[in-house]
Amino acid sequence: MATANDRAQAKAGAGLNDDIGEAKRLEMYRTQVVIREAEQRAFDLFLQNLVKGTSHLSLGQEAVAAGFAGAMQKGDLSFCTYRGHAHTLARGVSVEKVLGELMQRDNGLMRGKGGSMHLTSVEHGVMGSYAIIGAHLPIACGAAWRAQYKGHKDVSVCFFGDGTTNIGAFHEALNFAAVWKLPVVFVCENNLYMEYTPIADVTAVPQPAADRASAYGLERIVIDGNDADVVYRTAQEAYTKARSNGGPSLIECLTYRHSGHSRADPAKYRPDGELEHWKSRDPIKIYRERLLQFGVPEKTVAGIDTEVRKIVDDATEACKAAPPPSVDLITTDVYADGGWAWRN
Amino acid sequence: MAELTYRDAVIRGIAQEMERDPDVVFIGEDVGKAGGVFKATVGLYDQFGPLRVRDTPISEQAILGAAMGAAMTGLKPIAEIMFSDFFAVCFDYIANEFPKSRYMSNGQVKCPLVVRTGNGGGSRFGAQHSQSVENWCMMIPGLKVVAPSNPTDVIGLLAASVRDPNPVIFLEHKSLYPTKGEVRDGEIVDTLGTAKIVRPGKDTTILALALMVPRALEAAKKLKAEYGIDCEVVDVRSLVPLDTQTILGSVAKTHRLFTVEENPRLCGWGAEIMSIVADEAFYDLDGPPVRITTPHIPLPAADTLEDIVLPSPQRIAETVRRSLNS
Repeated sequence: MATANDRAQAKAGAGLNDDIGEAKRLEMYRTQVVIREAEQRAFDLFLQNLVKGTSHLSLGQEAVAAGFAGAMQKGDLSFCTYRGHAHTLARGVSVEKVLGELMQRDNGLMRGKGGSMHLTSVEHGVMGSYAIIGAHLPIACGAAWRAQYKGHKDVSVCFFGDGTTNIGAFHEALNFAAVWKLPVVFVCENNLYMEYTPIADVTAVPQPAADRASAYGLERIVIDGNDADVVYRTAQEAYTKARSNGGPSLIECLTYRHSGHSRADPAKYRPDGELEHWKSRDPIKIYRERLLQFGVPEKTVAGIDTEVRKIVDDATEACKAAPPPSVDLITTDVYADGGWAWRN
Repeated sequence: MAELTYRDAVIRGIAQEMERDPDVVFIGEDVGKAGGVFKATVGLYDQFGPLRVRDTPISEQAILGAAMGAAMTGLKPIAEIMFSDFFAVCFDYIANEFPKSRYMSNGQVKCPLVVRTGNGGGSRFGAQHSQSVENWCMMIPGLKVVAPSNPTDVIGLLAASVRDPNPVIFLEHKSLYPTKGEVRDGEIVDTLGTAKIVRPGKDTTILALALMVPRALEAAKKLKAEYGIDCEVVDVRSLVPLDTQTILGSVAKTHRLFTVEENPRLCGWGAEIMSIVADEAFYDLDGPPVRITTPHIPLPAADTLEDIVLPSPQRIAETVRRSLNS
């Protein structure tokens, strides 16, 4: 039986006018460059003490975000983890709003009330970034249950890391989604490390997500998470299944984060050569080569790089100039009436 | 008018809201075909069908997480956690997710849902199926916390909770399920954040919640009959929002204050109210305010032991009498 990865790969190599097409490829390339440039900038701003609190970068994992978002339709919902900048940007949220939130300024996506780990933009379908491991898998089930109950055709897509596969909520959500046949797609970004510890050292099976799929009656899916085309095709297949009442999917994407777990982590635990190996499989490098191989002019690709760099530069300046959040915000939106009153 | 049990009031309250609004859905363990372990949801599955009344696996995190995801995207779920003690296995949703998503997202995310749960002691179930956990919930900004003491309040406060745009923890008392009360016909909708003076009096104020309300009333009756002490009993009903005006008003009238709390001693809701009264009504008091609570222990299972540790009408009456006489 062909695996999902085989199915995706089999469609590759047909040139620019294949099932993905030039416009979508350029869009996914651009998305990856936006994430790369914005996150690299976030790291630089951290070194200048302008990014406060914590931040968890997805450098090296851009293809997962670009592929899954690229295959979504308007109205589809993303549920992210604290490593959620990439998925938020991939849904079209502006770099300025993301960097503003990381820099805890008034122009931030949530005006500094949430911080890096909780990026949320409901108007873009980004239904939150969740910082408690596993919490959002059941929440994504609930959004999918609403779609099923109301006959809506949107899909809820839930991203999480390999470490999440060992927490109870992962298993509760998988069983729940399978039993209720919910239109939800669970996406595990396996970047080999839970935080500092290799996931293989603490997991009973080699593929932390995919090897659990059979327990919930789901297909075992492991794909190359550094190839946006493979990710896109796999996402499309899962979304189509979800929209046609076929129930949930669990997809494990093999990828790698180029930086540490969070800004505080220099990632010294990695064996020699591992980072270099994965950098040779850098998703943006892979995709740039693909575009050129398919005949996209170098000028077009370079033009995207230049355009994105300017966006990130402009966003950086706007954030540096932005004031801190208004003190009035401290007591807003605790309750639905907009305030915080707990007594009369 | 009809005489209803507290248990039947739960059924009527849920049905009233589900009939009114097709976006109200109800999930939990054994709540559908089985009608609930406390038989407090019997008939809802037949009345509203398997899409609106849905049985779940024993997965409390999935239940509350799913309720939240549905609430965020347009439904108004009622989720049942069978015993409130089980909040401990899904506390992430109660403490971190429901109450903080609106704030952290700067108002973008809504979470209009109700968690119903069987709370409290008296069933001889032991330390993990008998707790009164209202204080676990009261301490979290962003939640509303409600605990009715009688069938009419069950319907009215449940309706208010379902219609409230915030996450509401609705604590039903297990020992009250078989108790009866007269309930008027037609739709009943109450207001959250309103305490109720259930027995007016002039000598002292007794604040109580849920099962402690009938016990406080019984104590008040005894104190009046045997000692001529005229107690005002206030059913707090809603811990968040807290109706401090009714409480402070009662203290201003009687000049004495007792709380009757089923929760263990430390950090009970009565302590918070004492602090408010000390801050804002200190000079209204003619004597020390007194908390009557369960001691700071896990609950024992044996009936003889459990009856000693939960505040009883006798203990309430005795404490009030001694305190007023001293």
